[in-house]
This record gives sequence, C-alpha cells and structure tokens, in this order.
Amino acid sequence: MRNKRSTEDIAMGIRRRVFEHSMRNNGGYLSQACSAAEQLAFLYNEALNLGEPVLPAVPRPFAGVPSADNPDYVTGAGYNGPFEPQYDRLFIAPAHYALVAYATLIETGRMDAEGLEMFNKDGSSVEMIGAEHSPGMEVHNGTLGIGLSTGAGLAFGRKRRGESGGVCVFMSDGEVQEGQTWEAVQAAAHHGIDNLWALMDVNDQQCDGAMDSVMEVRDIAAKFRAFGAVCVEIDAHDLDAMRQARNEPHEGQPLIILARSSPTQGMSFLQKRFPRLHYVRFKSEEERAEMNASIAAELGIDPIELETH
Amino acid sequence: MVEMVNRPYASAFEAYAVKHPDVLCLSADLTSSCEIDGFRDRHPGQFLSLGMAEQNMMSFAGGLGLAGYRPFLHSFGVFLYRRPYDQLMASVAYPRRKVRLMGFLPGITTPGGMTHQAIEDVAVMRSIPNMSILETGDATEVESICEAADSIDGPVYCRVLRGSVPRLFDSPIKVGEMRELSLGADVLVVTSGIATEEALRARDALSRAGVSIRHLHIHTIKPFNEQALLDHIGSVSKGVVVLENHVITGGVGSLVAEIMADNGVGKPLVRLGLNDTYAHGGSKPYLMKHYGLDAGALVRGIERIIGASTGIDEEALASARVDAVHSAVKAEAL
Repeated sequence: MRNKRSTEDIAMGIRRRVFEHSMRNNGGYLSQACSAAEQLAFLYNEALNLGEPVLPAVPRPFAGVPSADNPDYVTGAGYNGPFEPQYDRLFIAPAHYALVAYATLIETGRMDAEGLEMFNKDGSSVEMIGAEHSPGMEVHNGTLGIGLSTGAGLAFGRKRRGESGGVCVFMSDGEVQEGQTWEAVQAAAHHGIDNLWALMDVNDQQCDGAMDSVMEVRDIAAKFRAFGAVCVEIDAHDLDAMRQARNEPHEGQPLIILARSSPTQGMSFLQKRFPRLHYVRFKSEEERAEMNASIAAELGIDPIELETH
Repeated sequence: MVEMVNRPYASAFEAYAVKHPDVLCLSADLTSSCEIDGFRDRHPGQFLSLGMAEQNMMSFAGGLGLAGYRPFLHSFGVFLYRRPYDQLMASVAYPRRKVRLMGFLPGITTPGGMTHQAIEDVAVMRSIPNMSILETGDATEVESICEAADSIDGPVYCRVLRGSVPRLFDSPIKVGEMRELSLGADVLVVTSGIATEEALRARDALSRAGVSIRHLHIHTIKPFNEQALLDHIGSVSKGVVVLENHVITGGVGSLVAEIMADNGVGKPLVRLGLNDTYAHGGSKPYLMKHYGLDAGALVRGIERIIGASTGIDEEALASARVDAVHSAVKAEAL
C-alpha cells in the first residue's frame, strides 16, 4: 500500500482531484488542497503506520447514527486500516478538509475515485463536513478544537496499554483560537503523552478571512512550547523538512509540527480571491472558465470538461 | 431514627474501581470535593488529574473510551455539562463512549449558588440522544451507583449525593426499574433524589389525615419504564404529584407529563420543583423550604389534587420522622 508513488506525486494528485471536483461542482474547499496536499500525502504515504483498509473501496451509503438500535454502525476509521495495537490512528481535526482527505484516500488507493462522486450527495456517507462515519474519519471533529483532546485521551490509553501504535492529529491553525486546544496541550504535557503528535496546517486563513484580521494569535510556536509541547516550524510544501520535523525527539512531550503553508500553492489564480479563500465559489461562468484554464495549466492537466449550466 | 452514612461514594467507588482495571478515575480539581482523594492517594495509577479544564477532560475521556477504558469523570454536575456541552455531544454522547459522568451537588444541595447548582441538568441530559440518567436518593443508591452506571452500554450522567447521606433503602439500584415505597389508592407521588426523603417526612401526617398515597422513587430517569408508571397512575383515583430537586421544565415532572399526554391519561398532575427560577446560596433545608421543594410544598400539592385541606401544618411535618431502613420503610420491599 505504501510508497508505490512518491509523496510529491500524491500531493499533485490531491490538488488535481480537488480542483477537478470543485470545477465540476461549482466550487469547493480549494485552498485547503493548496495548503495541505503535501501534509496529507505525507501522513498517508510515509509518516503513519496504517494497515490495509477494512471497509469497501466504494463507500457504503449512510447507515444511521450510533444508537443502541444500530448495532452494525461503523466509523470511517476502517479506511485508515484496522484498529489494532500496532497501527497508528489519524484524526482529521478540521472536518471541512474532508474533500482533501477523501482525495488523499483515493490517491493512496484506499478508496475508489467513485467515492468522490458521492460527495455531499443526500444519503451518502461521503459528507461535505467529514462525519465520524465518513471515509477516513475516526471521530467527529466538525466542532473545531476537540481533536487534539480526543487524540490525547486515546494516546494516553494506548500508552497505558503498552500499544506501539501512536496517535496523529491533523490540525488547522484556526483551532489555536479555541481555548480547548491549549487545555489539550497542557494535559498532554502534564501526563507525558509522547505517543501523540500533531501536524498543523498553518495557512493563516479562517472562515472570515486572514487570521490577523479576525483574531491575532501571535507566536503560536512560542505558545505551544510554553504549554509544554515540542514544536517545530517548517515550510508545509517542503517534504524533506516535514520528514526531518517528524523525527524531532519529543520524549515525555507531545510533538506539534507547524507547517506554514500557502493557501494558493499550486493554484496561483486563487491569489485573486485573497483573503476570502475558505470556500471558493465562482462569481460568473466567465470566471469559472478563466479559473479552469489557468489552474489546469499550472497543474499540468487539460482544462476540466464542464457541462453547461 | 434514620441511619446516616458518611461519604458513601468514597468507599463505594474505591471498592468498585479496584476490581475493574479498565475503570479510570478522572478529576477536574475537585478531588476531595467528590470524595475521591483517598482513591487518588491509594491508587495513583488509576487516577488522572486533568485540572480545571473540563472541555479537554470531556474529549479526553472520549479518547480513553476509544481505547477501551471506562472513565468515571468526577466534578460538580454543572461543570460536566454547562461548559463542556459541545464536547459532551461530539466526543461522548454521539459515539456512545462508556463515559460515566459523576455529577455532585445536584440541584440545591449546595450553598454555592447559581454557578454550582445543577438545576437543569436532567432536562439537558434527557434531550441528548444516547445518554442515560441515574439519580441517587440515599446512601444505598450512592453505594450502588458505580456498578449501576458501569453496567450501561453508553454514556451515563449520575446525580450523586455526598457527605452525610441518609439510608432509606436496603437494595441497590436496578437500572430501568423504580422503587415502590407505598401502594395507596388516592394520589400518586413521584419523587427522585433528595425529594424522596421529603416525601417520606410527610408520609405519616398524610396517613393520619386519611390520604392514601402511592409513592414511587425514581433512580433511573432515562431509560424509563413508561408502562410501570402508567399502571401506577391507573391505580390511583385522584391524580399525580411530582416533586424534584430540579427546575420543573424538562425534569421528572415533565417526563411524567409527557407520558401522560402521550397516552391520553386525563388525570390531574401537579409538578413541583424550581418554578422557572434560579436559586441562590443557602442551606439545603432553607432552600428547599424557600423554593417549595420540601414536605410542606408536597402536602400543598397533594391538597390541590384532592381539592381539600389535609390540616397538615409545619408542626405536624416537623414532628414526622423518617424511619430507619430496617423498620417501616421496608414498605419498599413490598
């Protein structure tokens, strides 16, 4: 499953796939693919020890929420491999990165491309905001700030049981505005939870726009260190730096990698939209066509064939 | 006189937890307040201090549940749902983690005032899918709350009494059941938690006044045995009075009202509790009297149902005693 393709190649595939999907569906979470493609490719293709998927390559339809009356309920964790002691677990904390995460599952052979056709369709489990039952999602994270705490709890439990598998939380930088993130770091440090690490997409963007205009968060690396984590800052599009950061020693402490990213990486056309990049829609058919031509050229593919509206 | 038991939770939790290694004891800086300080000192490997950070504690507990542990979260009830409500929903209730929320200081059992009094916790918890709710009303129920809570396949919120707790019953909580404390034919009285002791205070005076009371004590609020309640309502001629240490909206009184309405039961119902109001800081007897949660308020509620005065005054209630478990309260074992 691992390393059939280079991580660089997978990152490019993620951008192309999310771009194609967004062009066809009149918009999407494009900038998250720009900023996070290398990170998710790195996690799935080399950093994490994940087993073979245990759920069907074409996702099953939504099969109900957890309840005592729904004994066959399963989460989407099976796309990340079986829940066995030796394997790592991955939580995608910013659940609105789901489209990018699904594209990653496809690029790494864990889900069929057909799965993305079900994206945001009624009755589908491939939901727009990743739910617990969506492919590759292991817990609910749509409410930002709860991912690292959940990861810390799972990691503490796994360490207590002597399991070799670690816990990784993919985070977004907007989450540092939530107090719970800091509660989680201090708890992980206090209890020496060092089988926990986080890779944070620091794209300086949030829903309302540039983070500095919404709520300044200042020097988050210094803050993470002050709260007890080992913190490394890297260029999110430099995979060698990412590999090196993952190897940073962090005995007795959680590791937080701040991956400083560009929200328009690989799709320069989006710079025209700065700073409103959270969800990109087309303002007109003309803009859609222009974007299609420009970004396709930058990604090295033909423009996406669009049906006329 | 009724037997008083000191700190029944402390010994009960320790006895239970040491036999169940997948039970973890979590605390949010209220360790001695929740009577788990001895456990912390004697079993540090099974104890986890998470500080004054309930949002993290809630999601952390969800992660522990994912790892197969059954964390018991200890705090005042208010701190287990008001601040970390979002985390309670997403990290615990939705995924049905086996998280046991041990909420101390239910309702007005604390002089801590609004910030410490969990007066709407039952209403909140009842509305959460997958959540179960237990409430303790005496020392025996506190002693059995850990085993009862831990038997539930999913999350559970428990209203736990602390300190010096009266012993009213001689059998443990059986989840899903209710206690039948008397089987009279005029008025059905439904109580939970500390309200049950108040109802027992009024029992002899009501009997002398010729009112035949059917009395149910509710320790399992969710899930609830609807048919059993309907059968009891069908066995009384006049109507139903509910007394609870909680706001009237959404608690046991609302539960009874919903069941009656859903089943077309056309009998009068009086719901007693905090009537759309916050309380303030004060002693338990003062607050119960001030806010109409005591035996006197119950008698007035019963009078509304029967449409007549019982002649029972404060003096008659004051002289009434709650008998010890091995005497008349054995009515429970009918």
